[in-house]
Amino acid sequence: MTSQQNRKPEAYNYAYLDEQTKRMIRRAILKAVAIPGYQVPFGSREMPVPYGWGTGGIQVTAAIIGPDDVYKCIDQGADDTTNAVSIRRFFARVADVATTERTQDATIIQTRHRIPEAPLREGQIMVYQVPQPEPLRFLEPRETETRAMHAYEEYGLQYLSLYESVSAFGRIAGGAGYPVLVDERYLMSPSPIPKFDNPKLHQSEALHLFGAGREKRIYAVPPHTDVRSLDFEDYPFEVQSWDEVCGLCGCPDSYKDEVILDDEGNRMFVCSDSAYCGERRAAGHAGPLAGHALDSAPQEEALP
Amino acid sequence: MTIHAPLAPTPLMQVRDLNKNFGPVRACRDVSFDLRRGEILGIVGESGSGKTTLLRCISGQTAPSSGEVLFDSQRHGLRDIFALSEQERRRIAREEWGYVHQNPRDGLRMRVSGGANVVEPLLMNNVRHYGRMRTQSLDWFAKVELDGARVDGKPRTFSGGMQQRLQIARNLIHNPSLIFMDEPTGGLDVSVQARLLDLMRVLVREMGLAAIIVTHDIGVARLLADRLLVMKSGEVVEQGLTDQVLDDPQHGYTQLLVSSVLQI
Repeated sequence: MTSQQNRKPEAYNYAYLDEQTKRMIRRAILKAVAIPGYQVPFGSREMPVPYGWGTGGIQVTAAIIGPDDVYKCIDQGADDTTNAVSIRRFFARVADVATTERTQDATIIQTRHRIPEAPLREGQIMVYQVPQPEPLRFLEPRETETRAMHAYEEYGLQYLSLYESVSAFGRIAGGAGYPVLVDERYLMSPSPIPKFDNPKLHQSEALHLFGAGREKRIYAVPPHTDVRSLDFEDYPFEVQSWDEVCGLCGCPDSYKDEVILDDEGNRMFVCSDSAYCGERRAAGHAGPLAGHALDSAPQEEALP
Repeated sequence: MTIHAPLAPTPLMQVRDLNKNFGPVRACRDVSFDLRRGEILGIVGESGSGKTTLLRCISGQTAPSSGEVLFDSQRHGLRDIFALSEQERRRIAREEWGYVHQNPRDGLRMRVSGGANVVEPLLMNNVRHYGRMRTQSLDWFAKVELDGARVDGKPRTFSGGMQQRLQIARNLIHNPSLIFMDEPTGGLDVSVQARLLDLMRVLVREMGLAAIIVTHDIGVARLLADRLLVMKSGEVVEQGLTDQVLDDPQHGYTQLLVSSVLQI
């Protein structure tokens, strides 16, 4: 699975990391899968990108990838942003894998902010780049204390952030990195994915692996695991919704990005998942802003 | 001077021959005492006499070098808290104890609002209903004479005295049976101290809870405590009813302590 016999000798090992490191990371992944939601420490390595650019996710991917895999990498839901393009190119070069933008074709999907709109299936692996794996960190700065809280299942403190949110905004306002309870045991931060995507983790067909490079932690949600977003009895969990449809593909129920069009308050909403949006357009769906370029809009004062 | 609440016959807490050493330093030596339900025990002594170490040991934060700390909890009955698992000990602390720090910044979460600080013990004890918690936090703001309009303000916007009252509300809201206080009026000016003491006396009496108050201020001890423990160099040199100890001190050190208080 790891080294290709017929490749010419190169300066780097297959998938960049050396075999011992990959073995160490795989051991951490196995433990993480065995204890859903538990943060397993691992010896995070220096990577050729800075911390915060996805070093955890890249190491997890490097440890599990093989030449038969089809690799997809998204950043903010889009396949064509700088970070996604360069990480995808990195693995195409060092791991000799096929890459794709189609969620359905991919076997490994690396992401920071989104779970793709297309439903995940059995055999797919989501790899998340996690900046802060500890959901209690904002409320309790001591690592010794948060570890005890996880060990003894003392999660009352996490509700303090929800309480704060309701008293400040009248609803549970947290938009991303919304805390979840995995398998009714471990409290977990689902990386900075929007809470819109939290329900997709519940009883998912795919394996979800979370890697935090700077914080040196790996955790996982195996397929068919219960994942519950925290809430209050009188303020139940709910996801974001938009009144507008996607300006390009007309999709009403996807996660939208707001794009400011000019300084006169005009804006549009587009699917954050660019592959999903593109596929819908290819299938003939059209939103209100599709098909006509911006410069064909009526212009009152054309600049000379 | 103090009003004696009816005392239950069985002790709430029993401390037996407690010793705590830090290397060669013997911070607590053979300390033994009983505390009954509804009783307020004052621990007085000069700085460095082992008062705070004793409080940390009997509140489960530091393990003693030897000796027992028995507490009559609802789940386990009268048991040595250090014979229980850490999980059980933390649960007792969460459900049945309060701990008021000298510096409110140690006892409050400065990054969340005052109201959230007050309801935290409810959240820790599995209350998951926002509306009920909100009502209770406002109730407690009123009980400790804080302005309910400030309930969503961060603790750093509160004055020192207000922060201390916030801390007291936070430690009483879950209806504990025992509350530990480490110099609760330290660092406050005299008039604020007086109001805070008055407030604590009323609340503690109303709720019928037991309290252990560490202080170096004889005035605080006289006002609040039913019984006194006088410590010197880690040893309890005298204990008895507050009025008895203060009006007729037997030990030389206690006599010195009492006579050194300024008479106004």
